Amino acid sequence: MAFSNLQILQPDSETQAELPEMLKVSQLSLERYFQPVFQPVDFSLKAGELMVITGANGSGKTTLIRLLAGILTASSGSISSSATSTAYLGHALAIKEDLSALQNLRFVAEFNGGFKTSIELVLRQAGLSRVAHQPARTLSAGQRKRCALARLLLVSAQLWLLDEPYSNLDQEGIELVDELLIQHVSGGGAAIVATHGEHRPQLERQRDLFLLAGFATDE
Amino acid sequence: MFIHKLGSPPWFYDFAGKCIPWLWAAFAILASVSLYQGLFRVPPDYLQGESFRIIYLHVPAAWMSMMIYALMAVMGFIALVWRIRMMEILAMCSAPIGAAFTLVALVSGSLWGRPTWGTYWVWDARLTSELVLLFLYLGVMGLFSAYDEPRKAARAACLLAIVGVINLPIIHYSVKWWNTLHQGSSIGLSGSSIHPSMLWPLLVMALATKFYYAANLLARARVLLLEQDLRKGWTRKISKIGNSNVSSRVEKRDQ
Amino acid sequence: MQAFSALLRRDLSLALRRRDELLLPLFFMMVTVSLFPLGIGPSSDLLARIAPGVIWIAALLATVVSLDSLFRADYEDGSLEQFMVSGQPLPLLVLAKVLAHWLIAGLPVVLLSPLLALWLNLDVQAWWVMMASLALGTPILSLIGAIGVGLTIGLRRGGQLLSLLVFPLYVPVLIIATAAIMAVLDGLPYVPFLGLLLAGLLTSLTLAPFAAAAALKISLS
Repeated sequence: MAFSNLQILQPDSETQAELPEMLKVSQLSLERYFQPVFQPVDFSLKAGELMVITGANGSGKTTLIRLLAGILTASSGSISSSATSTAYLGHALAIKEDLSALQNLRFVAEFNGGFKTSIELVLRQAGLSRVAHQPARTLSAGQRKRCALARLLLVSAQLWLLDEPYSNLDQEGIELVDELLIQHVSGGGAAIVATHGEHRPQLERQRDLFLLAGFATDE
Repeated sequence: MFIHKLGSPPWFYDFAGKCIPWLWAAFAILASVSLYQGLFRVPPDYLQGESFRIIYLHVPAAWMSMMIYALMAVMGFIALVWRIRMMEILAMCSAPIGAAFTLVALVSGSLWGRPTWGTYWVWDARLTSELVLLFLYLGVMGLFSAYDEPRKAARAACLLAIVGVINLPIIHYSVKWWNTLHQGSSIGLSGSSIHPSMLWPLLVMALATKFYYAANLLARARVLLLEQDLRKGWTRKISKIGNSNVSSRVEKRDQ
Repeated sequence: MQAFSALLRRDLSLALRRRDELLLPLFFMMVTVSLFPLGIGPSSDLLARIAPGVIWIAALLATVVSLDSLFRADYEDGSLEQFMVSGQPLPLLVLAKVLAHWLIAGLPVVLLSPLLALWLNLDVQAWWVMMASLALGTPILSLIGAIGVGLTIGLRRGGQLLSLLVFPLYVPVLIIATAAIMAVLDGLPYVPFLGLLLAGLLTSLTLAPFAAAAALKISLS
């Protein structure tokens, strides 16, 4: 049984149909303690599309994002992704406390094979230029979140999987996330954002998925 | 079709329930034949006298301890690669049985050492190997019980079992060779050949232990399935029918 | 490949920032070894006889104690998840981390060993074989240990369980390494033993990273 609430705004040009499909998910489900975490999910995501996943606490949004990222393995159903590279932003930000924001980002750039953009530029975009050189443990939660967001700019992945990107951010930070999403999506990337609903992106071409918590199956 | 059905817990529960009595019966018959022959009919050994009779317990137990570990690793491999839950369950239920056989091998080996060497423990190659094997089993069991989520626990323990089985021959040979290196003592029968009349009860007991393993394994697997599926419909149906032994044990554990 | 060297460099630089922590495994080894004369008696003959085993057991214990730091930080701050999503082969990254860990915790053990040999009255002619056996053997301990850490990283009492898991797997290394040292003392050929250790090292280098990566995948799920 699948339930998803899709709102697809009508495309106004033929090119919409030609966009490549980046992610296709079919009857996806994960069990914990032999119970499904969420009800089976089906959707397909094209390049240039943003999908927003909402749902009550405990409905499994984080689990779904981690499944899509490849960190978890599904119990049933399938995911097929044709994205060349994926970026994941989870609850744990993967920032080394002993290193500065600059050093953290430099590592990410080297790890992924070279600098695609100037790190200083990325730091400026993320609003971290002032604090770029101090150890990350001295940064506030919001600043660390911005550093993690800066990573998205640095690596330029095709598919973005963001779990609660708005948390810990002030109004400026929230606008930054929306800006990044608009940039990414209009540049041909795709993104999936899970949020518990306080703030949601409101883009022109956006789809919504409301996740339902799995219930006990009796079989 | 059979393999496919094996994946259905209620089907397995029924099927195993039917098999178990036959398996116990086979074990009982073979074991009694073997023990009767081995303890009463076979003549005493030239050098060791009556004490060698412990071989009928010690050797089959040692063989089973190793065979079960290998089986556990194979089942673990299948479980990990194809994500088959029944294989996880069978592998995890094999561990305590294998550990028990290892313990029997150790205790019987120790008792054997007493009349031979005057002491209850010698660092004989086989005994030392069995001790390390016991630690390997305890590791698998410990890892399985350390995790809360049952399937994750099984997967971790299965991986450990596979890593252990690869090391097992290495451990076995290095211990054997460590023993000769240090001119250690060894427990065993004099001479390399064993007379056929002494041998066949041993083989019968070896066969009997396999039935013991199968019966015990299926029984434990049924219990584990019930525990895991406690909230599912099929288990509630069974406890309604009144399979009092298993379900009341399971409910007690749940409290 | 660039991911491997970037990770190696990062781990080394992170470890060097906490220089005082680098010395902990060494102090641990020194304390452990010094307990033996205190517990057994200072008879130099006795100590000389048990020296190969004692030094190796101390190295083993020091490795297990230091292994926890291998993946813990990356596991807790989400870096491991990023590695998994990055598309870089996880076994390769594990190898980078184990190498960094060995350079920081294992190599110093090798270099400290002559001091321990002196304390235990180990004959000088056996010293370089002792160091060779440690140089070949401690990486094996780190590699096998990585599998154990991968399996227990998410557990509360992971550290205690870790010892139970890896000690049986360490038995062959212990036997062969101490045999090498004792061979020198007995005037017997020691090269075959070092050869076995080398074979073990090469095998662990190829197999252990895959097992450890699989273990981490399970732990993260």
